[in-house]
Amino acid sequence: MALEVDLVAPDRTVWRGEARMVTAPAADGQMGILRGHSPVLAVLREGQVLIRPVSGEPFEARVTGGFLSVDSDVVTIVADAVEVGGSPAQA
Amino acid sequence: MAGGTQRVYRARIRSTQSLKKIFRAMELIAASRIGRARDKVTAAGPYARAITQAVSALATHSDQPHPLTTERTDTNRVAVLVVTADRGMAGAYSATAIREAENLVDQLQAEGNEVDLYVMGRRGVSYYRFREREIKRSWVGSSDAPSAETAQEVADTLLAAYDAPAEEGGVKALHVVYTQFRNMVSQTPRVVRMLPIEIVEQEAGEGEELLPLYEFEPNPEQVLDALLPRYVSARIYSFLLQSAASELAARQRAMHTATENAEELIRTYTRLANQARQAEITQEISEIVSGADALASA
Repeated sequence: MALEVDLVAPDRTVWRGEARMVTAPAADGQMGILRGHSPVLAVLREGQVLIRPVSGEPFEARVTGGFLSVDSDVVTIVADAVEVGGSPAQA
Repeated sequence: MAGGTQRVYRARIRSTQSLKKIFRAMELIAASRIGRARDKVTAAGPYARAITQAVSALATHSDQPHPLTTERTDTNRVAVLVVTADRGMAGAYSATAIREAENLVDQLQAEGNEVDLYVMGRRGVSYYRFREREIKRSWVGSSDAPSAETAQEVADTLLAAYDAPAEEGGVKALHVVYTQFRNMVSQTPRVVRMLPIEIVEQEAGEGEELLPLYEFEPNPEQVLDALLPRYVSARIYSFLLQSAASELAARQRAMHTATENAEELIRTYTRLANQARQAEITQEISEIVSGADALASA
């Protein structure tokens, strides 16, 4: 059983899938989430989100702010704007 | 001269034909854009759902009062956002939204409130301009394809108005009039009270898990501060997207009807033109025959 991760921007879903680990820029500092994390609602500041999927290359994106919720291994990252690899990603 | 009526009919047929081409083109344009508009409505779904879920989770677990959820009593000014189209040729789309808005405004004024108008779309702007009604702020130019940035701008403006002190024209409530997109044939105007936010807690049905107890990072107040404005702009974005899809659907339908009416007119005029031509021929024949008769009998 892995984490179910959704990274959503206002106008699209940026990344969705299963992952082993997620790190996100919470207000108090970079936050790492693994399986079995306690439920949390965190405010995000500007920074880098890193998703390590179960298989395949790690996914990295820059967010400008937003929030993150973790609830029974479902991670939802709600970002105001997401940049994947330098330029804004297209849906 | 009988040729005159024929010429008039021919001219009418030609002009109706070119109108028909315009209607047909607009129908096709609307039809091709509506798919994209509907995709955008769907694409914005996950974000709105995530936020709504987080907001209701927060509401279940904390009783933090927040300015955005509490009723203001220091002013009787309310804001109304009307979402209309930039262009016409969409049947009754804008007119219906405006009528709905006017009902709301009348009702609010009857309750002793002052109404501030915020208008989206040129049709709404020109409606209120013509009647010399004050518009607080308007946004035009992107009614059929609103961007997340536009929605953010609208939300920021309205939240600022809601935050402002009473002397500076702060408002105590925000109502939004938009057109809900149900499906291709049915779009209904709706009035929603957006602010103060009424949080509907999710009912945990049988077999469903209760919302978990969350930890808040860094603390509940800040999470609320971050969440609620985003909730408002996500809702407004979804209203704009639905209105855009409704506008395009209404336009497609109106233009389809217009094309059919143009065809009907062309048929009628063709018949009349044929009749006129036949009448002319008949008259000419009878003139020739009676002329020949006159010559023969002379």
